[in-house]
Amino acid sequence: MSHSTVPRDRAEADTTGTNPQARDDATGPPRTDRPGRVSLRVRLRRDRVLLLMTLPALLLVLLFNYVPILGNIVAFQDYDPYISDNGVVSILHSPWVGVENFQRIVADSAFWNAVTNTLLLFFLQLVLFFPLPILLALLINSVVRPRVRALSQAILYLPHFFSWVLVIAVFQQLFGGAGILSQLLRQHGYDGLDIMTDPDTFKFLITAQSVWKDAGWGIIVFLAALASVSPDLYEAAAMDGAGRWRRMWHVTLPALRPVIALLLVLRVGDALTVGFEQILLQRDAVGPGASEVLDTFVWWNGVRNQDFGYAAAAGLVKGVVSLGLVLAANKVAHLMGEQGVYKK
Amino acid sequence: MSAVVDKPPARPPSRWAAPPRPVWEEKPRATGLAGKGLVLALACLGILFPLWIVVVTSLSSRRAIDEAGGLVMVPHDLTFVAYRELLSGGQVTRATVISVLVTLVGTAFSMTVSVLCAYGLSRTTSVGHRWLLMTLLATMFFSAGLIPTYLLVQSLGLTDSYLALILPSAISVFNILVLRGFFMGISQELTDSARIDGAGDFRILWQIVMPLSRAVLAVITLFYAVGYWSAWFNASLYLNDQDMMPLQNVMIQLVQKQEAPVGLGQAIKTGELSGLAVQMAVMVMALLPVAVLSPFVQRHFRKGMLTGAVKG
Repeated sequence: MSHSTVPRDRAEADTTGTNPQARDDATGPPRTDRPGRVSLRVRLRRDRVLLLMTLPALLLVLLFNYVPILGNIVAFQDYDPYISDNGVVSILHSPWVGVENFQRIVADSAFWNAVTNTLLLFFLQLVLFFPLPILLALLINSVVRPRVRALSQAILYLPHFFSWVLVIAVFQQLFGGAGILSQLLRQHGYDGLDIMTDPDTFKFLITAQSVWKDAGWGIIVFLAALASVSPDLYEAAAMDGAGRWRRMWHVTLPALRPVIALLLVLRVGDALTVGFEQILLQRDAVGPGASEVLDTFVWWNGVRNQDFGYAAAAGLVKGVVSLGLVLAANKVAHLMGEQGVYKK
Repeated sequence: MSAVVDKPPARPPSRWAAPPRPVWEEKPRATGLAGKGLVLALACLGILFPLWIVVVTSLSSRRAIDEAGGLVMVPHDLTFVAYRELLSGGQVTRATVISVLVTLVGTAFSMTVSVLCAYGLSRTTSVGHRWLLMTLLATMFFSAGLIPTYLLVQSLGLTDSYLALILPSAISVFNILVLRGFFMGISQELTDSARIDGAGDFRILWQIVMPLSRAVLAVITLFYAVGYWSAWFNASLYLNDQDMMPLQNVMIQLVQKQEAPVGLGQAIKTGELSGLAVQMAVMVMALLPVAVLSPFVQRHFRKGMLTGAVKG
């Protein structure tokens, strides 16, 4: 008998979840109570193929997600990229400056401008973007003809798959100085108008671009929630005399509530990250005053100005606050009885 | 019995027709239907109209573009000259080939690693399962930051190499979780019987699990492919050589900075070619593969996303 036929324990046949009773048995206490039942060496041998399969992904994650965390120590250095061709060697030889970089950040008005812009954009997106997919999903869900549904979904999903470069180029063709809007205005004797370079309206422009690109895609999760509502509920409500709107209020919306709450919580957890690529592409056109967010602030100071220690410090502040927000948001999601980002 | 016989011969219903309404549901009002249709039509138009303008302008002759005073809305005097020029060698042709190759190689690599990992993690009782899963999951909560990642990629000597466009963002933990959720939903009897017949894990994955997961595999492949096709930031960070730039980065130079593509400047100056048509043609080349492929996979989206969401 080869080692691969050692049973992965009693639970193996029952993990598909088709039989909740069996699953409870399997994941219950008995397993942890008998750690020595099959020795680690035997289990390692038994599962070696599975472990081998996860290895490439694990290595990639360790290398590109975990190792760089150590690199954040340049935030405490006066990092000099010219000491060596190799970043690691440069880190080893750069002088330590303690928290000087962080003190510089706190005193830097450009940093606080980036913070303000980030939060403003976050709130704008929350108010102007967030409700749209819900409304669209309700609308699509009320369309009964399957072909109309499929066709409109196909069209609404489409822009999600376009790159930001393309989306911004499309907006430029519509609203730029040489775009369709300006063209029409000029043909009718008005002055042309360049929305793409106007710092005052930039935040609305960003939000509009996000809406165009992703509002359609956002309806998927709500449609899924709506599809899982039992038609019996609607029928029962109708029997009790509830009209169209009352059914929406008392059946449809409660079905959406958990999804809405979860997405809202997660969105808040992600508040400090707003459209990095999108804004970076348009930063030159409107200037940093209106467009700089935390991510572009890090990019500008680090990659462009080669002030790595300073940029890493700003990135570290953002990362730590973000991590706290995400964990808190996930906690709130769990408290509300939702799954959060992952199921435990 | 008689009810079946008495039924009039049913005409196959049009696929555009509404399915029969349950008795308790009100007949929709005409104004309601019209309002709904209008909003939906406007939303779809808002997406299609700009694309229409881009496509039509890219196909228009210089004369048609001049007559329209810029972008063309009504197609006439169509020509493929912009595409012919762009694809007859030169900067845009090279960038397109680079983008296609990076997308193909990158997607194949990402899918291989992700499918293997998802299958490896789909047995919840294997050694270290929980620890491995947590290691992956944790990365959904934090990112190391731009600067350390940049320094790492440079230290690894990936600068000015196409590997820098593939390796740092090769896998998405979310995609792996979706795949894993789907794999876990596959009936265990099936894989067990294969194991009894002597199949190893690789064979089970290849011959049983993957054929049953075509829908989710298609969705995830599309996600990865779109990711590689749309990426420009890594190229702008890690590539210095202009000749290595993929299509999106060339598009930035063309459309945003209004520079003529190398090799075409002369044709534009002498008036054979409209600069605007060239820009639009590059945009069409960037959106075409995505617009053509995603509708085919569309019907699987919800299934794929749902499995991931429920079982992740």
